[in-house]
Amino acid sequence: MKVLVAVKRVIDYNVKIRVKADNTGVETANVKMSMNPFDEIAVEEAIRMKEKGAATEVIAFSAGPAQCQETIRTALAMGADRGVLVQTDAELQPLAVAKLLKAVVDKEQPGLVIVGKQAIDDDSNQTGQMLAALLGWSVGTFANKLNVADGSVEVKREVDGGLENIKIKMPAVITTDLRLNEPRYASLPNIMKAKKKPIETLAPDALGVDVAPRLKTLKVEEPPKRKAGIKVKTVAELVEKLRNEAGVI
Amino acid sequence: MAVLVVAAHDGKTVRANVANAVAAAAQMGPEVHVLVAGSNAGEAAKSASEIQGVAKVLQAEDAAYANWLAEDIAPLIVKLAPGYSHVVMAADSVGKNVAPRVAALLDVAQVSEAIQVVSPDTFVRPIYAGNAMATVQTADQIKIVTVRPTNFKAAAGGGSAAIEQIAGTGAAGLSSFVGAELSKSERPELTSAKIVVSGGRGLQSGDNFKMLETLADKLGAGLGASRAAVDAGYVPNDYQVGQTGKVVAPDLYIAIGISGAIQHLAGMKDSKTIVAINKDEEAPIFQVADYGIVGDLFQIVPELTAAVEKK
Repeated sequence: MKVLVAVKRVIDYNVKIRVKADNTGVETANVKMSMNPFDEIAVEEAIRMKEKGAATEVIAFSAGPAQCQETIRTALAMGADRGVLVQTDAELQPLAVAKLLKAVVDKEQPGLVIVGKQAIDDDSNQTGQMLAALLGWSVGTFANKLNVADGSVEVKREVDGGLENIKIKMPAVITTDLRLNEPRYASLPNIMKAKKKPIETLAPDALGVDVAPRLKTLKVEEPPKRKAGIKVKTVAELVEKLRNEAGVI
Repeated sequence: MAVLVVAAHDGKTVRANVANAVAAAAQMGPEVHVLVAGSNAGEAAKSASEIQGVAKVLQAEDAAYANWLAEDIAPLIVKLAPGYSHVVMAADSVGKNVAPRVAALLDVAQVSEAIQVVSPDTFVRPIYAGNAMATVQTADQIKIVTVRPTNFKAAAGGGSAAIEQIAGTGAAGLSSFVGAELSKSERPELTSAKIVVSGGRGLQSGDNFKMLETLADKLGAGLGASRAAVDAGYVPNDYQVGQTGKVVAPDLYIAIGISGAIQHLAGMKDSKTIVAINKDEEAPIFQVADYGIVGDLFQIVPELTAAVEKK
């Protein structure tokens, strides 16, 4: 069984982002970029499946500008076998990415597609669910634990009230939550080896996908700033302030 | 055209956040309908009919809807959607699971986690863990929107909308529900609690969270945690407050032993009053806290518990 994982290039989670002065977006020039953390979890899960013999090949997919090659290389260094990059400088929104993924899935016929539950840049939390819909497949979102057996996957999901177990038919789409696994760091020899692994580059047109954005971003602004308050010395002072100043207890 | 709110429920009542979603929906169109799909969902449908501003409740009975599997519920919403200008869901674990499937089946975009309705086609939504606010406009005929409940004041009760029975769409046969391991708690639900007591890595163990439970119970508060505390196994996943966990906006949020990573702040910085207790005076949590105490939480928390008791 092939497993396809999708990896997105995003601003590193440690970077404090800056809104552009003209309010058209967020400054990305000269900013450290990394793989979306939830996608690292997706890559790790796929590699573990291969190590256990449940998967035969792990393919890392990305979509976006040429630099997404680096993100795919990171996945290859972790242990993915080859990459597919749909290269475009156009703005890509979740529905478009889901359509690009579907086109690649149609070609590659994986048994599972594993993606991060959300990207930490646009915080949409849509692509995996949309891909499953377009394919007519089942989806296990917010996965905390996976068990592949007999043509189906048992998925433990992180939900509002705790955890939920579902069983879904394969082929299927999985979206990862934080506790699914702890992604490995790529070793230096594996980083070197990854440089030789193949990455196929495709264009959206060649896949017959119209990636034109459906949502128009009118403006991007700084959120209202919260002012730092005061430090109190004692618990008695805190309780007095909460009772009489804030009136919240 | 009317707006359709899709309501999650437990069989007896719709979730509290449905009233927030209805309030958001009322800003998008002239009339709000609520879909309550389920197996024996009569009581839940009745609870939806009592929300002010709801003109009609659609109750769809089907055994397939008992556990809210996206594969089974999405076709029903897709069938109803062409009669509406918007389909709205609360951005909780149900809405996040189901709404994108509906959007893709309709070939429309989804606006995720709207915090403000600017006009029926324009919404404000947080990006980058709330460190930027994007105003987005959709040109799609049917608009699929999930809304962040804490940003819309819940519609009041006391309404009496008509309940109309509609046919279900059956099971897709792709997925099945096995079981749930839900956290049992007598405390107020985290996202709707007036006061939230939240603990982080500074608690050092799951056992030490008992101290926070005592404080929470004295205050009638919900109990939350940072990602670090959940990852360390101190508390279950449903306690997590933050960018990828729950978003809360209580009157009072008490952050104990939480350093305040931006991912955590994303989930609580809309709280009315924030208190931080941390031994590190440089901790970023103090930059958003109204009141901070620098010190040993193991000393301060019991003191605080005793002090709030003496009213």
